[in-house]
Parts: sequence; structure tokens; C-alpha cells
Amino acid sequence: MTAILRPAISVVVILTLFLGLAVPLAFTGIAGVLFPAQAGGSLVERDGKVIGSSLIGQSFTSARYFHPRPSATTEPDPANEGSTRAAPYNAAASAASQLGPTSAALLEAVTERVATLGGAPVPADAATASGSGLDPHISPENAVRQIARVAAARGLPEARLADLVARHTEGRELGLFGEPRVNVLRLNLALDALR
Amino acid sequence: MTLLGWAQIALVLASVIACAIPLARYIAAVAAGRVTFLAPVERAIYGLAGIDPARGMGWKGYTLAMLAANAVGFLILYGQLRLQGLLPLNPQGFDGIAPWLAFNTAVSFTTNTNWQAYSGESAMSYLSQMWGLVVHNFTSAATGIALALAVSRAFAAGALKELGNFWADFVRMNLYVLLPLAIVVGLAFVAMGMPQTLSAYIEATTLEGAVQTIPLGPAAFQIAIKHLGTNGGGFFGVNAVHPFEGPSALATALQIWSQAVIPFALALTFGHIVGDVRQGRALLAVMVGFVVVATGLIYAAEAGGNALHLAAGVDPTQGNMEGKDVRFGMALVALFTATTTGASCGAVNAMFDSFTPLGGMIPLFLIQLGEVLPGGVGSGLYGILVFALLAVFVAGLMVGRTPEYLGKKVQAKEVKLAMLAVLVLPAAILGFTAISVVLPFAVSSIQDAGPHGLSEMLYAYTSAAGNNGSAFGGLTADTPWLNTTLGIAMLLGRFAYIVPVMAIAGSLAAKPKLAVSTGTFPTHGPLFIGLLAGVILILGGLQFMPALALGPVAEHFVLAAGKTF
Repeated sequence: MTAILRPAISVVVILTLFLGLAVPLAFTGIAGVLFPAQAGGSLVERDGKVIGSSLIGQSFTSARYFHPRPSATTEPDPANEGSTRAAPYNAAASAASQLGPTSAALLEAVTERVATLGGAPVPADAATASGSGLDPHISPENAVRQIARVAAARGLPEARLADLVARHTEGRELGLFGEPRVNVLRLNLALDALR
Repeated sequence: MTLLGWAQIALVLASVIACAIPLARYIAAVAAGRVTFLAPVERAIYGLAGIDPARGMGWKGYTLAMLAANAVGFLILYGQLRLQGLLPLNPQGFDGIAPWLAFNTAVSFTTNTNWQAYSGESAMSYLSQMWGLVVHNFTSAATGIALALAVSRAFAAGALKELGNFWADFVRMNLYVLLPLAIVVGLAFVAMGMPQTLSAYIEATTLEGAVQTIPLGPAAFQIAIKHLGTNGGGFFGVNAVHPFEGPSALATALQIWSQAVIPFALALTFGHIVGDVRQGRALLAVMVGFVVVATGLIYAAEAGGNALHLAAGVDPTQGNMEGKDVRFGMALVALFTATTTGASCGAVNAMFDSFTPLGGMIPLFLIQLGEVLPGGVGSGLYGILVFALLAVFVAGLMVGRTPEYLGKKVQAKEVKLAMLAVLVLPAAILGFTAISVVLPFAVSSIQDAGPHGLSEMLYAYTSAAGNNGSAFGGLTADTPWLNTTLGIAMLLGRFAYIVPVMAIAGSLAAKPKLAVSTGTFPTHGPLFIGLLAGVILILGGLQFMPALALGPVAEHFVLAAGKTF
């Protein structure tokens, strides 16, 4: 028995200390030196205060801002222990709706969003909740549809906003991978900076 | 589906195969003890543990050593999770993990399943992630590769008594294969935007004045080994769809590369070990063929969108976007999904629960085919070798000759053991699912009504028994019943499978290696490739047809009829 257990215990303990502590800690140090911004969470600051991460979407409800995708994240409901309530873009608890394709609740939510957004056809990303609940992007079509609302709320010419959206539209990575998209936080920051 | 989408799929798959070719040769060299750049570390481990790496082990010795390492690892991880609240590197002050959940999680990471009934950012301390989960991401993968090496060696020569030394294989795969790859891929991941820090979560004040808690942690390194080791357990709750865990389309492409490259390489390593590279290529051809077809089916289903939503006024251009983030695009979601379920990884970059019925059936079916396409690191190779034995057996029945594989006669004993192994999966999946759908307290975990509810339960046991770890996330999995039975299903899928496979290896190793004659059925040509694909599809697929018909297939027709639940 010891013939089997001694190597088993020793090897597992050594690997736990080596692969679980020594290597990850050294790796953390190296990563922090080589890529400090990314390793620290790609944080975005304005006037010296952290206002979010460029990778993590945040909630925008005011007509003066471009709106992100629907988010299914929740938070504990203080009024009702053990249950949760909707809390879009709660980054402390990433979540999707997990509703199935024949879910009546999902179809109802989609139908309602289509109506709120002014009728068909609505870009799919505007009518559906993201996988992470923290999607930082919207599709360029989704952003373009919001220009009129934001322009009216801010009293700005639509052409200026169209130009802003175009400049914040990121193409496919390396010209091939992924989809064209607009980072909502970056766009809204630029919007606030407009004179 | 677009040409641009298929170009992404083709480029990623081509780079996987291009890298798998040299990696296969390298793994064979490591397995033979010819790679020594970390020799001092290796010697120190052997010295402290009292191991003679040159001492050969028979199949029983090898299996016992493997079981001992896994049992010790399981117990240590269980302890680490339970005691988390008392240990350092816990800036959010998380409590210890509750007993049932700790059992489930420890089994899950030991068996390379990485089913997660918890959400990383709201339950796990940085220390638990590192010295608990990271370590098992390495060791469960190294266990799989070691076993695959042992099984491969059984075909290398005649009258073998020994299959190698488990400890040497295990330590070398960790040090020379997994560790260097994890460091390189991990640094690339940090550059692409994944956090790697020990700082506490950040409280940000958003543009609209709300407070947003941004979780951080030593994520990138863990995510690298999570994919390379086909583990799949996310650092964050929503796995690789989390913007910190899948920050860009390039990151998701590199994750696809990482989760496929070692399983594909091992098929070719098999060719090197048995001294006939064509044998490895034949296995690889079957694996790649299934992945391409599955990717196409998922891509078509998801890009087509959800008919109910399109009718409600959703623009069809983007496809079915519920449960998906914008940045990846449908093509990389399809390829990621096919490789993560084909390769027994279980990471996800989109939520399967919200896939269209047929789009969600493909990942489910890929796991049910036995996790051999290409399967988990190591487990995929020994899994497909079991199917290869059954394929030559079927061929032998057709022509009335004693079947051989690589010069080893396949006789009643091996075929019985192979069937025993192959039946573990359907027994665990269908058995537990059948019991759970009649128990009221188990059914209450199901979120969706209608056929989709059955799919959620079926997927959970499929994922656990197949050691995959992905989920139809609507199921509330953190209950004593599901934590326990899913844990048992994971153990059955891993160890009840390995023991008969190792017995086959032991039995075949001892046999003489027959010379190739004109009567030998060649196991490297298109005929064998087709036969092997057919055996996998029929044997793996038929058992699950009734369950699939009641779940995803029924849901597909219900959706087409416009019905919701």
C-alpha cells in the first residue's frame, strides 16, 4: 500500500505547490509587467476615477446615451430572501437567460423589445439577451438605429453622431475573425466628450 | 452561413492540424524520455517521491498508480474547497464550499469533466482557483495522456509485459507538454485582454452613476490550461462567453486551437508509437471529418435564426443571438461548440440552452458518440481505439476471419471488454436521466417546460458521463440529488471506462505481433476510415435516438408548428 501511496501523495503535493502556487504566482508577476493594462482588467478611467472596463458592458437607460444589449443578469432580492431580481449588467454575477428556443417567456420578451424599439425589423442583438449578460458591444446596425433618439435628446445634428458611430465601428479582427461591432462604453464616453 | 464564416473555420482548423503534426512527434519524444530540459525538476520529484522512472508497469500496476494519484488529488481538492474560508488569497471573503457542492466539484475536476454547479466569480477564492482547480486542470489532462500512451504502447510490439511507468508519463506530460503550452498561450490570452492579477474586485462608478463590481483574478493562466487540457471549467460563471474569458474573436479562435490541438496530435502520436504514421492519420481523418460536419450543422442551424423570433420582427441577418455575444460571430461559435463537445472540453462561448433545437442537439449528440471526435486529451485516443477494435471485429465478422488490429489478434475477451466500456456511457446517461425525470424533486430543477425540459436533464447526465462539463444552463444543478448523481455519472464515465480499456491494453500487449499478410485488413485506408466512422455513428448514435427524438427533435417540430411553453 505504501508503495502506491507514497508516490501518489508526494507527486500530487509537489505538483500542487509547483503548478498551483509557484508557477501561477510567477506568471501573474510576468503578465503584470508585460501587459499591465490587460492583466488589471482593461479598466477605463475618467478624471482619475475608474468608470468601468472596456471589456465589460454597463447599463445605460438614459435617452442621452446609446443603449447596450438586453442583459439577463440578476442580483439577490433584498425584499425576498433566497430569490433574485433583474439587475442588468451586474458584473459580479455573469449570466444568460438560459431560456430555450420554444420558451414562451423568451418569445414574449423578444416581441416586447421589438415593439419598444419601433417595430420590425429589429437587429437580432437588440432583441435578444447576450450570453454573458455583460456584452460590451452592439452591432453597427443597432447603433445606427439609436442615432435619432440620442441626437434628439442631446440636441445634436444626426450627421455628427453618424460620424461618431462610424468612427467607433470596429471591423473584423485581422480583417477576417468575428463581427463588426461598436463598443458601447467607448462610444458613450466619446459622446460625453463632444462639444 | 457566409463564405467569410467558412474561411474563419477553415483557417482555424488548418492551423490546428498544421501544429498537431510537429506536436505529435514532440509528445512521442517526451513519452520516450528523450526530452530533458527540465531534468533537474523531474529528478527532484522522482527523488522526493521515491520513484524509479525506468521501472516498467503492467496494466494493473499502471492503473492502480493512476487511481491512487486521482484519489489523493480528489481528497486534497475536497479539503481545499471546504477550507477555502480559512485560507488566504480570498479578497472577496468567500466561505468554504458546501459539502455536496465540494464533492461534485472535486469529482468534476479530477475526472477532467469540469461540470460546474457554482459560478466562479461568486464562490471561488483566488487560492482555490489556483492551487485547487488549476492543478487539476493539469493533472487530469496528464492522467488522460498517460493512459493513452500506455494503451498505444500495447500495439507497439509483440509479447509485451509492461506498458510504461505511470509516474514518469504523468510527470513528463505535465512538465514538458502542458506547462510550456499553458505559459505561452496564457501570455497571449493576457495580451488579448484576460485579467491575471491578485487584486480584489474593482468598484467602478458607471457613466450613469451606478456602482458596478468588476470581478478580477488570476484568470488567464487557468483559462489557458482549461482549454489545452480539454478541461473546460470556466474561471467566470458564464465561461468563455464572459468578456474577460473570451475578450475577442481572436481569443476565441485561440481557445478553439488550444482545445483541439493536443487531442488531434495524440492521434498522430499513436502512429509514431506503433511505428506506422498512416495509422494515426486514419484516426485523425475520422475525427476531423466529424468535427467539420458537426460545425456545418450547428452553423446552419444557428445562422438560420429562431423562426418564432423572426416572425416576431427580428432581422434574420445575425441569426439566433439569444445567449450569444456580438464579437465572436456565428462561424466561430459553431466551430467552438463542435470542438468543445467533440473534444470533451466543455467550455462554451455561447449558451447551448438557447440554441435552436437542432443546433443544440449536435453538441449533445457529439458527446453521446463517446467523446472520441477528437475526445479529451488522451481519453479521446483510447476511446477511439476501442471503437477501432470494434470496427475490425465487425469487418472480421463480415469476411469470417479472426480480426486483427496492428498485428494483434482481437478475440472474445477484448471484444467483451470493449463492449463493457462502450456500454458505460448509455447506462449512466439514460439510466440517471430516466430516474431523474420521474423524481419530483429532480424535475423541479428543470427551468423550461415541454421537450426542452427533457433536453436540459438529458444534457446534464450526458455531459457528466461523457466527462464534458458543458451544460444546458437552465438546469438548477446545485442540489444534493444532482450534485451526487452527476458526480457518480462523472466517476463512471471516467474510471468505469478506463479500467476495461486498460485490461484490453494489458491483454493485447501480451499477444505476439503478427506480420502483415495479403489477408490482413488494412487499417489506414479509406475503407477502414469509413467503417470506423460508421461504427461510431451506429454504436454511439442508435442508443440515444429515442431520447433525442423526445427532446430536441420533438422540440424542432413543435417550434416549426409555432408552439411555445
